[in-house]
Amino acid sequence: MADASRALLPSIEEHDDLANIEKYIAQGGYETLKRVIKEMSPDDVTNVVKEANIKGRGGAGFPAGQKWSMCADRYPRYVLANADESEPGSFKDRKLLEGDPHRVIEGMILTSYALGVNLGYIYMRGEFFHIYDQVEHCLLEAREKGFLGKNILGSDFSLDIYPHPGAGAYICGEETGLIESLEGNRPYPRLKPPFFPAAVGLWGQPTILNNVETFSDVTLILKNGAEWFLKLGTEDTSGTRLIGVSGHVKSPGLYELSPGITLREVIYDVAGGIRGDRQLKAVIPGGISAPVLTPDEIDTTMELGKLGSIGTMGGTGGVIVMDETVSIIDVMLNASNFARHESCGQCTPCREGTPWMNDILRRIHDGDGRIEDIALLLDICVQIHGRTVCPFGMAPAVWPIKTFLIKYYPEIKASIEQKKAVVLPVEQAYLKQDEGYEAMGGPGNFRLKEQVLG
Amino acid sequence: MALAFSPDSQKRAEEILARYPAEHKKAAVVPLLHLAQKEWGYISPDAMSCVADLIEESPVKVAEIATFYPMFNKEPVGRHLINVCHTLPCALAGCSDIVTHISGKLGIGVGDTTEDGRFTLKKIECLAACDRGPVMLVNRELHTHLTPEKIDTIIEGLE
Ligand SMILES: Cc1cc2nc3c(=O)[nH]c(=O)nc-3n(C[C@H](O)[C@H](O)[C@H](O)COP(=O)(O)O)c2cc1C
Ligand code: SF4
Ligand code: FES
Repeated sequence: MADASRALLPSIEEHDDLANIEKYIAQGGYETLKRVIKEMSPDDVTNVVKEANIKGRGGAGFPAGQKWSMCADRYPRYVLANADESEPGSFKDRKLLEGDPHRVIEGMILTSYALGVNLGYIYMRGEFFHIYDQVEHCLLEAREKGFLGKNILGSDFSLDIYPHPGAGAYICGEETGLIESLEGNRPYPRLKPPFFPAAVGLWGQPTILNNVETFSDVTLILKNGAEWFLKLGTEDTSGTRLIGVSGHVKSPGLYELSPGITLREVIYDVAGGIRGDRQLKAVIPGGISAPVLTPDEIDTTMELGKLGSIGTMGGTGGVIVMDETVSIIDVMLNASNFARHESCGQCTPCREGTPWMNDILRRIHDGDGRIEDIALLLDICVQIHGRTVCPFGMAPAVWPIKTFLIKYYPEIKASIEQKKAVVLPVEQAYLKQDEGYEAMGGPGNFRLKEQVLG
Repeated sequence: MALAFSPDSQKRAEEILARYPAEHKKAAVVPLLHLAQKEWGYISPDAMSCVADLIEESPVKVAEIATFYPMFNKEPVGRHLINVCHTLPCALAGCSDIVTHISGKLGIGVGDTTEDGRFTLKKIECLAACDRGPVMLVNRELHTHLTPEKIDTIIEGLE
């Protein structure tokens, strides 16, 4: 491997035809599966993944090995790959499925071997037309080679994996929404508890569901060992992170980086800095659901735990960069349009709250805002937060709105007062940390409401 | 009039059904609705009945699913369905100019179909290609780094 600090993207960059199973095999593909089936017990496999301490790459960052260990002692069990990738700002799973689909499939087979699974599905968002066709073909190839089907490689382990399409609903990315969708029901997320599909999942059976990138990493962990994966990352986040940079940077794109890199380095070194050498105004570090960071907050590393500790999240690694020309109310309205459109409508706070917030933001945007609207928006955030069936009610329905509102309070206030979507100079647009919101408990709370509004 | 799949689609439908345990045929509803939409362009009540028969459910059950998902057209659409992404990263890349350009070129608003039935214009949420915005999906094809000139070429290339 030419570049020892990266693991997922180099092979895709070097070979443009890894979707062809012969090419994948020529690069050592499915060797790991052969070795594992011959030499390792299922429990050994789980233990290696646990040791590697890989945190899930689908947004929540839950340790995969731990999730696997929670599998209820019942059969049949199922494995699902979450390839719904619909989080605005995220485009990594597309790249992996376009460029290196067999690595994802191999990861699913290894997972199934570890957990005694005989049936699995790859749930792909409906708009992935060509990717669906390609993955369907790859699964057939893998079956012809004896990596799927009955008695895989002569063992007593049998497994079928099939592709399954979604049809344009973001909520199908939420794991229990995905399961409901796959079962052929309206994709309403399930009430928790039970908290984990590992206990009660597809058709009521134990189900392991992981993100596409997580499965790709599983293949590499079993190929190169837990130690290797731990060294690739940091103590907080093992392995590499796929970071997709979009928005106002000179070189938008997907980058594979050490989680130890800072957000500042991502923006200014990796992605070439801001277009036209303008000033940075705001950055969302992990897909639109992740709370926004101001220019004062970009010295954080991209470690999942670190981002969580400063009140945002690593999410899906979608870094959305906004320069001095954006109007924050424009951005908020856009995020809120998304939430309004994608709320599944199952529970009242989210179904009623997202359109209400959207209407308020629209009137501020259109010049009809009132100063009380800020308090009203925060109130609605409080009313939705923690009172919904699924995490959509927090992210992306509440977090982006709440954190933009708190951090960029000066510009929102100016937009209301001047009756239009204003663009303040960056220094005046947001609250500096020492000006207040840190002292008020950081971005995670609502106390600012009292502080700012009396 | 009852609708029936063409022989090719019928074969495909059976292939799809075989992917799910026999007692969970209902799981095939979304893939079969995609197949129906491919065959008839949109999901009519008759198409729903056809899918319902295959999964041994009532048409109402299928309607409940078909009406939930944005990708299923409940009305006929133009021969070419243009979906322009308007989510944040594409908005930062200038997608509103793109929508305005297409709208002006085709003489229709968002959600409308041209009189000759050639094009329908819609907006869509993030297509997972945010680094290449503005982007749009035309039928099954993703088009990236859109400019007015590029759009003219694409549209003129469609029957
Ligand atoms: C509203 C919502 C949307 C989600 N969308 C996705 C998605 O598109 N892809 C994904 O892998 N995970 C998504 N997730 C996270 C999944 O629920 C789940 O945590 C994840 O797929 C588990 O895989 P991992 O542990 O490998 O990360 C979403 C969660 C929520 C609440
Ligand atoms: S929080 Fe929103 S998206 Fe989640 S179940 Fe409730 S209505 Fe649906
Ligand atoms: S925002 Fe348009 S593709 Fe993601």
